[in-house]
Amino acid sequence: MSLKLGVPSKGRLMEKTFDWFGARGVTLGRAGSDREYAGFVEGAENVELILLSAGEIPRELAAGRIHLGVTGTDLVREKLGQWDTRVRELAELGFGHADLVLAVPGAWVDVNTLDDLDAVAAAFRQTHGFRLRVATKYHRLVRDFLRDNGVADYQLVDSQGATEGTVKNETAEAIADITSTGDTLRANHLKILEDGMILRSQATLFKSREAALDDADRVSLKALLEKLAVD
Amino acid sequence: MTDRAAIRAEAARLRAAFEGEGAEPVETAILQPAEALLDLYGEDIRARAYVTSDALRGEQMLRPDFTVPVVQMHMEHGAEPACYTYSGEVFRRQEDDPDRANEYMQVGFEVFERDAPEAADARVFALMFKTLAPLGLRAATGDIGILMAAVEGLQTTERRKAALRRHIWRPRRFRTLIDRFSGRAPVPESRSALLACDDPMAEAGPMIGLRSSAEIAARIEALREDAEAAPISANEVALLDAILAVRETCPNALEHLRDIAVDMPAIRRAVERLERRLEAMQASGLNVDALDFEASYGRTHMEYYDGFVFGFYAEARPDLPPVATGGRYDALTRQLGQGREIPAVGGVIRPGLVVELGGLT
Repeated sequence: MSLKLGVPSKGRLMEKTFDWFGARGVTLGRAGSDREYAGFVEGAENVELILLSAGEIPRELAAGRIHLGVTGTDLVREKLGQWDTRVRELAELGFGHADLVLAVPGAWVDVNTLDDLDAVAAAFRQTHGFRLRVATKYHRLVRDFLRDNGVADYQLVDSQGATEGTVKNETAEAIADITSTGDTLRANHLKILEDGMILRSQATLFKSREAALDDADRVSLKALLEKLAVD
Repeated sequence: MTDRAAIRAEAARLRAAFEGEGAEPVETAILQPAEALLDLYGEDIRARAYVTSDALRGEQMLRPDFTVPVVQMHMEHGAEPACYTYSGEVFRRQEDDPDRANEYMQVGFEVFERDAPEAADARVFALMFKTLAPLGLRAATGDIGILMAAVEGLQTTERRKAALRRHIWRPRRFRTLIDRFSGRAPVPESRSALLACDDPMAEAGPMIGLRSSAEIAARIEALREDAEAAPISANEVALLDAILAVRETCPNALEHLRDIAVDMPAIRRAVERLERRLEAMQASGLNVDALDFEASYGRTHMEYYDGFVFGFYAEARPDLPPVATGGRYDALTRQLGQGREIPAVGGVIRPGLVVELGGLT
């Protein structure tokens, strides 16, 4: 057995993760060509690097197929029911910042809070005969947030990309999506509700609560976490 | 795990007993069109029910309860008055508690009757009470009709009452609205700024989406009217709080509510209904003196129940959900009936829990 560490397989998230580990004396890298999803680890014993899509890392952690994994808090909370019983947050890595926010057209000058949104949802349903549509790919997080805040008469419509364009295209009236600077929202004439912050997310190192550890793994894990200065 | 055969046998006994009380047995499909349930309960139902789909019929839900299909069936071709019983599995998605069942049996008894609603309430409750008597459960009762009557009677605008009515079953949002309408919560800065502005649309930017500028203007107008309306008085808020705090035995609760009705005459008729219901229960042999009444019971988990509500709990087993629940759901038939309605009251028993608690024999 070896300790399996799941890391996003491409892009800035992968590079930043490699940098974060590198700065702590653990070198991660891809083996062979850029197209090959195999990796190597130097500076830590008995640790195997598994390159995965960031979206699959929560599932692999929950299933116990990897011991450690780097992914966004947003993905863990969206994809895992009772997430905190299945994984443990070891360290926030300080990059990959993204906020899941609720946004409406800037022209809705009468809507600034969830209170407004709820009132408008009731009126919208009366006028248009269907429930106000919120486009998102974060169904669970958004539904829980709106329920906890007592917003009714809305529906979630699935949007896996270009979510900011759905309002202009009239397939949704509001959106819930990840933003880091808000530029894309502004460019699409959308504004964030004052109390519309659903979740602040960043890249985080998680430990699976399910993955089996033998004695050798425990020694390797302890050594690795000490080197990373994480407890 | 409790034996499925034992649960089925208990369900069959319960249904037979309900048939013996004059109920007609009915069946409903397990797959229900999702649209009706979504329209009724909103997006929240997706967190509680399993959704599936095919290319032909679109989204469908595994039956989360029998009430909706039984009401639909009755409204399509039922004769009045009617009394039904059913037995079968319901399916509840569980995302937070792995110990809660996601599939279990329900046996129900439903009465659709226009006359003497309090007698029908008492009939359903007494049947559940007597059926479950061997288990020694605690019965909880309430009446959402009293809170609804109080909202109707508030000295405030129709628009505010409609907003409160809409959130009767969401206590937190209801409280936020009360705080706003009574002036206890400050007006958000952005709203004050909006209302102080002569031409709020001046810097609105491009209009995008389906919601039109006329709809925005109408809401601003409504907000201006609301800003000018007098706040709901502290006295009325105190009376609402007093109603919601009523929690004692039925006779004491009735006395207490009668006292409140002196200052809030709008609830008098609802309180009289409670009195008639208690008389009808007494007449069917129940000891109402020992029965608990809680005015806010059922607000969080019994949406569209708008009158009498009840539940039966195993006090020694706080880990278990209620063994039986039910109540009056006229509002639900109104929603589903699109203009038509039929006063209805009913209840369901979970035979799986009955067996787990030792059975009825």
